[in-house]
Amino acid sequence: MNNIRIMIWKQLKDTLKNKTIFIQFVMFPVLGIFMTKAVDIEGMPPHFFVNMFAAMYVGMAPLTSMAAIISEEKEKNTLRVLLMAKVTPWQYLLGIGCYVFFFCMLGAAVFCSLLGEGTAFYDRCEFLLVMAAGITASLMAGAAIGAGSRNQMAATSVTVPVMMVFSFLPMLSMFNETIAKVAKYTYTEQIRRMISALGEGQGENGNPWVIGLNMLVFGGLFWGLYRRQGLA
Amino acid sequence: MEKQILIKADNLTHSYGGKEVLDHITFQVEKGRVIGLLGPSGAGKTTLVNIMTRQIKPTGGTVKTAGEERGGKNVPVTGIMMDSFGLYERLSVWDNMKIFAKIYGVSGERIEELLEKAELVQAGKTLVSRLSKGMRNRVNFCRALLKKADILYLDEPTSGLDPATTEKIHELILKEKNAGTTVFLTTHNMHEAELLCDDILLLNEGKIVEHGSPKEICRKYNSVNSIEVVLKNGETHIIPNAGESAAVLAKWMDAEEILSMHSSEPDLEKVFMLLTGRKLNGNEADYE
Repeated sequence: MNNIRIMIWKQLKDTLKNKTIFIQFVMFPVLGIFMTKAVDIEGMPPHFFVNMFAAMYVGMAPLTSMAAIISEEKEKNTLRVLLMAKVTPWQYLLGIGCYVFFFCMLGAAVFCSLLGEGTAFYDRCEFLLVMAAGITASLMAGAAIGAGSRNQMAATSVTVPVMMVFSFLPMLSMFNETIAKVAKYTYTEQIRRMISALGEGQGENGNPWVIGLNMLVFGGLFWGLYRRQGLA
Repeated sequence: MEKQILIKADNLTHSYGGKEVLDHITFQVEKGRVIGLLGPSGAGKTTLVNIMTRQIKPTGGTVKTAGEERGGKNVPVTGIMMDSFGLYERLSVWDNMKIFAKIYGVSGERIEELLEKAELVQAGKTLVSRLSKGMRNRVNFCRALLKKADILYLDEPTSGLDPATTEKIHELILKEKNAGTTVFLTTHNMHEAELLCDDILLLNEGKIVEHGSPKEICRKYNSVNSIEVVLKNGETHIIPNAGESAAVLAKWMDAEEILSMHSSEPDLEKVFMLLTGRKLNGNEADYE
């Protein structure tokens, strides 16, 4: 437990000086605030920008942050030094994971505050729960990419296309039915659907099983890569 | 006094992709001594250290420390300074040390003590990214010492450093040696090895080609067996190291003409070239 706390403390200190990661955490919540306050078109579905940006946030921020942190530590040998100092791979992953999860949940809380005054407390809790599930799935995907990459460049070359698929498909599926047929198998699309169905929203209900299945795939992928080459 | 063996490497082998990197390496390390692993780049030094520090598993053979041999009790504490820094560049020197101090359960006073020893107190709040290579090396060294190690593994601690910083690192190593720490040092710098090490393992292409104290090794290969005498008038004479030279030496001594006198034993670099045909910096030797 002590080592997990140390990993969180280390990451907190590091991220305050790491603009690349920091931007990931704040970009979409800020964009969400700006668009919700600035754009109001007649006939627009309730909390339209929250639906869109929250799903994109889930598909982007935790995934890229997790992959970037792990791959940077591998490249710069800091992860190897930590493991030699008897920090176990699981303590490291849990520490980094908890840290990214906490920051992303702060972003989720910002989106939650944008849901509108009419949103019930129960719906707000459900929103945060759905976001938490999506962030966890993304963390697992990011950890798999980080574990499988030798350095930051290799991680980025995988992260960008994966992140594009998971964060942009939910947005595109709102405008194109063919894309929606494919997107329904992604956890981010299911999260978007769940969020749009909240409160007075009229979206179709999301399928939690798809989110669970996505998590299983990411978990399996991570386990396979970890077994093959370890963490550092 | 009975010698205490701290590390025992027995018949170690290791291969990468079919290439034998270490070939049946066997040696022992006594407590409180500085052991130098000397060899050119690609000789297998880092692989051997990685095996000894449990970062990789050998293809064959075993490495055991004294505590493990006694059934896991009193396993010696190890400090490791790798050839790459492994420091958090966006964090300050102090924060880098603090992360590991917290992991080891070491107090802030120990950090202060080490930074003072390494003359890094002034740089405590400086980000690692702003430090010179020499200073990073010293931070790396301090981190390896955080735990008060029984065995200190130092992989090329002065590689690429300027002479002044190299001297500082040497001073720190000697302080540790005097405090009774066993040091396992890899280097391709023979002066460093001669200065710091009690025992040397000469490694070439994965094999130990010679071992012993630097003086022993050099004496063993003193095939020329001659003495160089420099007289006060500037003349240099090379005379056989034998009875036949006694008369002429006595004459010079009697006349107080001798300025300096040296035996002709080779240095470690020459021994290495003699044994392998390679220089310690990795180039082929110029002579057979």
